Amino acid sequence: MDNIAGKKSSLTWAVHISVALLVLLWLLPTIGLFVSSFRTADQISSTGWWKALFPTEQTLTLRTKTAEAQTQENGVYVIEGNIYEDDPAGEGKGEADITSWGISSRDVSAFAPGDTAELRGGGTLTLEASGAYRMESVEEFSGSRGQRVFVTAEVPPEFTLENYETVLLSGNATDSMAKAFFNTLTVTIPATIIPILIAAFAAYALAWMDFPGRALLIAFVVALLVVPLQLALIPLLKLHLGIGIGKGYLGVWLAHTGFGMPLAVYLLRNYMVGLPRDIIENARVDGATEFQIFVRIILPLSFPALASFAIFQFLWTWNDLLVAIVFLIDATGDTTVMTRQIVELLGTRGGNWEILATAAFVSIAVPLLVFFAMQKYLVRGLLAGSVK
Amino acid sequence: MHPAIQGLITIVIGVGGCVGYFYFSNMLLDKVLFPAKGPHAGRNINRANMIRPWLFLFPALFVLGLYLTYPVIETLRLSLTDRVPGGGYTFVGLDNYAQMFGEPKFWEAMRNNMLWLVVVPAAATGFGLLAAQLTDRISWGNLAKSLIFMPMAISFVGAAVIWKLVYDARPIDQEQIGILNAVYLALGGAEPQQWLTIPFWNNFFLMAVLIWIQTGFAMVILSAALRGIPEETVEAAIVDGAGPFQIFFKIKVPQIMGTIVVVWTTITIIVLKIFDIVFAMTNGQWETQVLANYMYDKLFRANDWGVGSASAMVIMLLVTPILVWNVYNARKEMR
Repeated sequence: MDNIAGKKSSLTWAVHISVALLVLLWLLPTIGLFVSSFRTADQISSTGWWKALFPTEQTLTLRTKTAEAQTQENGVYVIEGNIYEDDPAGEGKGEADITSWGISSRDVSAFAPGDTAELRGGGTLTLEASGAYRMESVEEFSGSRGQRVFVTAEVPPEFTLENYETVLLSGNATDSMAKAFFNTLTVTIPATIIPILIAAFAAYALAWMDFPGRALLIAFVVALLVVPLQLALIPLLKLHLGIGIGKGYLGVWLAHTGFGMPLAVYLLRNYMVGLPRDIIENARVDGATEFQIFVRIILPLSFPALASFAIFQFLWTWNDLLVAIVFLIDATGDTTVMTRQIVELLGTRGGNWEILATAAFVSIAVPLLVFFAMQKYLVRGLLAGSVK
Repeated sequence: MHPAIQGLITIVIGVGGCVGYFYFSNMLLDKVLFPAKGPHAGRNINRANMIRPWLFLFPALFVLGLYLTYPVIETLRLSLTDRVPGGGYTFVGLDNYAQMFGEPKFWEAMRNNMLWLVVVPAAATGFGLLAAQLTDRISWGNLAKSLIFMPMAISFVGAAVIWKLVYDARPIDQEQIGILNAVYLALGGAEPQQWLTIPFWNNFFLMAVLIWIQTGFAMVILSAALRGIPEETVEAAIVDGAGPFQIFFKIKVPQIMGTIVVVWTTITIIVLKIFDIVFAMTNGQWETQVLANYMYDKLFRANDWGVGSASAMVIMLLVTPILVWNVYNARKEMR
């Protein structure tokens, strides 16, 4: 639309703005989870994640030192200290300057920093913006607890890595993603590598060998592309239990190999058909066997298609839930994968967003890395798989 | 044995076994069965070449047959039988189907699946087309595309967690942490809504998750198709005085109709099989049941293989038109 005279500038702006909005809309949910995974449970439940990026106004209830700490200066009883340091609840908040404070719950921001308040039991309290305070009284301070002070402060954004520590390093079985992470990896890698070779040979035969029934077989593969794997659950589980594989890694590797096979054969065949005929025929004339042609010529040339399929299969097996719960995870739960673990967390810790968000992000991180690193091949594979 | 080592050994056995199988079976064929020498050299070469394709195809065909074809037949058989306590099966004809059709939960799942089937492919394709067209000509289009495409890499379960946070609701006197409720209240909503528990409408909140994931897919493919449109047709339209909207709807869209249909059907198939999102977000409560989750309930919670298989056959039946259409197209193309 660049060259539509007169309309260019206004329309271009509209396009830029709508794309920006669209991108923002698509990113916001993920950013929310990402930001939440770096916040403490208190922060998550007290404010929305979008406020985490800006300073927030927080009101804390803190106490001064008790009467035991008083000293006498020129006949006046004095308690001095820093409100943030004297109360464990104020720990770590010390950088925030106090904007207002009060001593009654009915008016928590009655005073500005530097003001002096009259205490109910006699005496005065002066509080500075830094949290330093001084209580004075002509009579001796009494009581077992310190004076209560309500402090309102601008708290700068604060992030923590604690959640990742809990999720990855703590031994707690219900929260631990570390074991599930390695289980997922154990499922994924063989389930990605094994189908590739099997499919590549078949794809070569379907693309470059002439034999009766070839067209029928291609149609068969195309048909199997859309067969829902839901149909396979019970018959295959029965088969696995029957031949003694049972529930376990071997079963899930075989299942993923089977379910990924139609796409693998289809993608690779589509790609191999497009390879230049001359190279293959020349090699045949020169006396190369089909096996040699395949290994020395076809496989290296098909690398982009092999990479595309590998990414698909990796993403699909890494993100899979259904195949894992049916073929892999037994009653002991030792072989749980991350997706399963997250569903469990959703059930048992539905309110603990810090654990949930972090666990989810741990499982999302690897596919996202693969996605951004190999996007070129992914797009190429998608195009080969659906547009013709 | 540690599963990781087991995994490594499996890779070695799997890959080595494959290579070994192909290498030795070809050798056997060429050197032992039909050697290309002696009095029958010519005939032997021909015979070897007749057999070789099947050597290459055998492992893949075996896996396809065992893991996808056999289950279709076996599921059909199971859907017509009932398990007898203590082992064995009895043939019960269409009883399982009759029982299933009598259950309101099944019809709820059917209705929801149909709703998904109409809304999700339309919305994902529509958004995808919009994104493809808008990002096509701007300088940071590729960055925008890869950000919109990103949810593709996120698991359905991960997406479920992401969107549960979006839909989170707190009591009215507390600050909202779900962005949807925060926006809703800021726009004048009376009180925070539990979005996932409002019957009927909650389906749309679940669909949003899948639309969010699939839009990137639609965008990538449609964007490639848009680039493939010959410049001359667009230029001719401009010369004839067509506006940008006319160009888009009357010149570009008709030319990529074939691709739009492919995208639409691909998303339709994903929708028919949708399971994880519903399983993780509502588990079919509050009238959000879908067929795949209904089937899972029957198979693994109620342990009723007959009705479970019957509902799996219903999914298969819904996929069949697309299957036939795909095969028809593939064959047409090969000719």
